Amino acid sequence: MTIETLIWLIPVPPLLAFFLIWLFTNRNKALSHSVAVGAALLSFIGSMAVFWQAVNHHELGKEPFQSAVNWLPVADGWFRVGVLVDPLSAVTLFFVAWTVLMIFIYSIGYHNFGQPKGEHDQPGLPPHGAKIADSHGHLHTVPSVEPMYSRFFAFIALFAFGMYLLVVSDNLLTMFMGWEVMGLCSYLLIGFWYAKPSARAAAIKAFMTTRVGDVFMLLGIVYLYSATGTLNFRAILYNQDVLNQLAGASSGFLGLSVAGAISLLLFVGTVGKSAQFPLHVWLPDAMEGPTPVSAMIHAATMVSAGVYAMIRMFPLHTAGWEGHGLTASMSVIAFIGVFTALFASIIAVSQNDIKRVLAYSTIAQLGYMVAALGMGAYVAAAFHLVTHAFFKALLFLGSGSVIHGMEHGVMHTEEHIDPQDMFNMGGLKDKMPFTFWTFLIGGLSLSGFVVVTAGFWSKDEILARAWGGEHLVIFSVLVLSALLTAFYTMRQISLTFLGKPRTTAAAHAQETPWTMTMPLVVLAFFSVTAGWSGISPHFPLLGGILPNWFHEFIRETLMKLPEPMETSYIPLIASIVVSLGGLSLGWLVYHNHPAGAPDPLKTSLGVFYRWMQNKFYFDEVYQFLFVRPSFWFSETFVFKWIDRTVIDGFLHSFAIASDFIGRFLRTRFDLPVINGFGDLVGESSKKFGKSMRVIQTGQVQQYMVAALIFVFGTLIFYLYSLP
Amino acid sequence: MVPLSWYLIFSAALFAIGLFGVLARRNVIVMLMSIELMLNAVVVNLIAFWRYGDTMKMDGLAFALIVFAVAAAEAAVGLAIIISVYRRRKTVLADEINLLKW
Repeated sequence: MTIETLIWLIPVPPLLAFFLIWLFTNRNKALSHSVAVGAALLSFIGSMAVFWQAVNHHELGKEPFQSAVNWLPVADGWFRVGVLVDPLSAVTLFFVAWTVLMIFIYSIGYHNFGQPKGEHDQPGLPPHGAKIADSHGHLHTVPSVEPMYSRFFAFIALFAFGMYLLVVSDNLLTMFMGWEVMGLCSYLLIGFWYAKPSARAAAIKAFMTTRVGDVFMLLGIVYLYSATGTLNFRAILYNQDVLNQLAGASSGFLGLSVAGAISLLLFVGTVGKSAQFPLHVWLPDAMEGPTPVSAMIHAATMVSAGVYAMIRMFPLHTAGWEGHGLTASMSVIAFIGVFTALFASIIAVSQNDIKRVLAYSTIAQLGYMVAALGMGAYVAAAFHLVTHAFFKALLFLGSGSVIHGMEHGVMHTEEHIDPQDMFNMGGLKDKMPFTFWTFLIGGLSLSGFVVVTAGFWSKDEILARAWGGEHLVIFSVLVLSALLTAFYTMRQISLTFLGKPRTTAAAHAQETPWTMTMPLVVLAFFSVTAGWSGISPHFPLLGGILPNWFHEFIRETLMKLPEPMETSYIPLIASIVVSLGGLSLGWLVYHNHPAGAPDPLKTSLGVFYRWMQNKFYFDEVYQFLFVRPSFWFSETFVFKWIDRTVIDGFLHSFAIASDFIGRFLRTRFDLPVINGFGDLVGESSKKFGKSMRVIQTGQVQQYMVAALIFVFGTLIFYLYSLP
Repeated sequence: MVPLSWYLIFSAALFAIGLFGVLARRNVIVMLMSIELMLNAVVVNLIAFWRYGDTMKMDGLAFALIVFAVAAAEAAVGLAIIISVYRRRKTVLADEINLLKW
């Protein structure tokens, strides 16, 4: 099998698994998860094989693995679709395959496979737990298996298909298809517990918000196709003539070049998908879904897809960029990224729900990547994408494990508390050691803890690029946001794992099964080691020990190879100071937080804290600006006025007029003329028949007499009338 | 040689008897027999005209044969109908077989 064939096959197993589970195996839970995990494993093996080949392939950037087939006949020739693995997709394939497989395995434990069925569980609601009697006859509540277990695996398999399709596509159109498949799946999975009104609302919100971005992205794709006549990545991005032409032509819109306009349109798609300001509102609400979904959406797949698409289109985004200063579209991208990074970090500080903190943290980290791309830091953005995927998947799965352990405690004690609120936790370190240590690694990586963690290297690279490119505003805002990141991460770890249990449920929390802890350990491994592949050779002391493999490999994706950064001490020191400072600050404030006490920030920050906790009222503002007007528009204007008054009115008046004409015709024409004539014919026939029927006696012989008379009459007439 | 008119008178008489039988008798079998009489009158007519015409032409004889054949068929069909009517209605009287009246 050639490597190209193998690439074609990578997205196939999850898709087949989806159909298999959906059509055949959905009654059998064990079979369904075996099919899904098996498919993920097949894709994983394929991806690893491709990754290995790609790494050992000389000059992969110049001669990537690609193959294409004729797909859609267009005016002159064919629209070709195919697969492409260049360094960027190879690296993406690597982390996607790992995280997807881990998330699939984790889901088995998360949905309580092997536990009894709950008595009151019903499809569309999270399982309530089942009562079982132990050997002494005491009743215990234990977690119960998810009622729609198979459905979940079918959906995540389809989700994985979307991501693999997106990564191996060689053109924007099939990439967009994978993108939309994921959009659909995220809608289905966020609304997985569809009987919860909040989950339904969150699913609709996520779908509608990303739709805004996707429409603009589609416009960008159409614009690009009409400008260049192709959507193939290599033909557009690896072709200086096309890029120059796009950068040179004016779009006639706000003075942007064609490349700038397309770049901004595509960027709006990323804003929606990767939850950047101002379309970030859906992501925190997406926490309504089961936790593996959060990890799928926030780490491995969907939001990474947004940034991946941007990195993929990097030459287009930076077309016309001379290397210093920023083009108009790059400034917009950088601004949005930086603003999002700061803004989401601030909100994350005040959130109490363990998953919501991570959701805002995800938004902020994606803001980092977008900002890096806006500054033209291609390798740094890709690097952070990879490391972030690992540690954020780890953190989400870890938080799911925490919630799971807490739910166990809640069921045991039958206490009525929110198992996701960090202020109800505390002291879980000893109860859940695997979860604690892996979560700690993920958290340190997220906050950029010095040297050992992956997050440090990738974040440092972004900061160094910002400093080296003399984007001082960007640099300072990102440093501030990194400080906040370290602070809220330590706040989260302290509140969750350190100190004493603040509720009895937390005291009774229990470590989760191996299907959940094993993925955590694997992801923790990558959260540390993924960073070592990209250590800058100029880094003091450590630089040069390990080759800067990531940089060398990934930069070949571009035509103009970016140079490694000269390491400057200021960003490095800033990075170390904010990370350690934030972590110790968080530890100082929260490490011994007593039960029932308010958040110390609440008292010190006052009204600003209330704003933060309410996410700066973005939901309310959008409710007022967009949701309510569109409800008003659809209900009052479209429904009541246009539909009821205008269209119905027209139809009703038409009906009344028809009715009037019909009645008129009936009384004045149909009844007297047509019916009259018909009746006349009928009646006269009847009368004639009545008068004639007396001769029908039924007596054969009378008939014969009549016939005889007639014959004689005719004969006589005939004879006498002869001349 | 017996003149032709005698045959014709005989034949007319036979026909009239048959006609009377058909019109006046109530029994359907008798009516059928009367019809046979009328047919035979016709055959006598045919043979007589042949005999007093051109005897070298066979058309008169052929005609007579066809009439016999028709008569035989008619008798067979008629009797069958009568039997089936009788089985159903237990009568062979024409004035009682009056389903076709208004």
